[in-house]
Amino acid sequence: MEEKVRKVELAISLVLRTGVVVSVLVIAVGLGLMFAHHSAYLPIRGHFSYKELTSKTTPFPHSFASLGHSIAHGDGRGVVVLGVLVLILTPVLRVAVGVLSFIYEKDPAMTIVTLYVLAVLVGSFFLAGV
Amino acid sequence: MSICAYNGTMTPLDFVVSLALISVAAGVLGSLIGLGGGVVIVPVLTLLYHVDIRLAIGASIVSVIATSSGAAAAYVRERMTNLRAGMFLEIATTTGAVSGAYLTTLLPTRFLFVFFGLVLAYSSFATFQRRHVAEPLAVSNDRIANYFNLHGSYYDAAEEREIPYKVVGTKPGLALMYVAGLVSALLGIGSGALKVPAMDSAMHLPMKVSSATSNFMIGVTAAASAGVYFVRGQIDPVIAAPVAAGVLLGATVGARALGRVASKTVRLIFVVVLVVISLEMLQKGLLP
Repeated sequence: MEEKVRKVELAISLVLRTGVVVSVLVIAVGLGLMFAHHSAYLPIRGHFSYKELTSKTTPFPHSFASLGHSIAHGDGRGVVVLGVLVLILTPVLRVAVGVLSFIYEKDPAMTIVTLYVLAVLVGSFFLAGV
Repeated sequence: MSICAYNGTMTPLDFVVSLALISVAAGVLGSLIGLGGGVVIVPVLTLLYHVDIRLAIGASIVSVIATSSGAAAAYVRERMTNLRAGMFLEIATTTGAVSGAYLTTLLPTRFLFVFFGLVLAYSSFATFQRRHVAEPLAVSNDRIANYFNLHGSYYDAAEEREIPYKVVGTKPGLALMYVAGLVSALLGIGSGALKVPAMDSAMHLPMKVSSATSNFMIGVTAAASAGVYFVRGQIDPVIAAPVAAGVLLGATVGARALGRVASKTVRLIFVVVLVVISLEMLQKGLLP
């Protein structure tokens, strides 16, 4: 039993670490692409203000359709959004691994608990209309 | 107080690099006391960089998930997190987060800020009062905690011994966790600020376990409202990228520190930060 619990802890830790590393790499690639394509963004004392990229009216992908379009055009900011989505989905994946873990530990009560959490999480994305 | 005081304009590169450095600090603090990085990120973005509050809250959600996943990877491996209690209490936080996302239009935000400001002021007081309580509980007659076997034990590197503990008060714990999920979805901040007192004061988990378990849970609470923020266009990639990268680095560093720091120190840092958040909320509610 102790051994099984330890395996589960290591599996959950691995899922979290993998999600984090993948998302950081994708975000880094996206930032690299963005700066490579827009030389005006780069100077330390240039004339292009960051505010043009961080204001309320700045356009950036916020649906799967616009995200796919943006990445297909090699837009760095689209790639960054993809990396952020990997980060957002990491806890969801962690809960899914939790469900499998409690099935593996033969713990029906906790399996139901984690299944409920997973259902609410997945439902929240559908309710949002992602 | 303007960051653009020097010659010329702050370019996107300046922005990304400086925000990433501040985010490292946010990640260290957030992972140590189980609060996520939003406490630092939201005021920095709005006051220092003059970013719109809606985009700042979107970035805060990203920072919370980054702190949680970055630190929890280490805390779970080191057995600092109470996995069963965390996953059990997520029933209440996720339900709260989803209901909160749809209550936003019903309740006036100013009232919410005042209300939660007062709740957090009380929590910081309650957490401070427990500073002399050193020994965790050895018995529990809480039926829910016994049924789901939420009790645990952890190795305290500062005290160099294994510390077993029992869990009580699951019902008030669940109620507070529901409110924590609600706050997270409504205000974008403060989700860990209620989780730690819920586990520490109501359920009698040791302070470090409360912090590590809160860290483990806040990612899931934030993920439950992240879909809504993404669709509403509140997650700006140019802000999110340095925040995510910086906070992840900081959380990895902070997670190494928690084991070695004394419980009392963690508690005191937590109380100070909680007082700051509660004042911040009261100010937003009373003097908009």
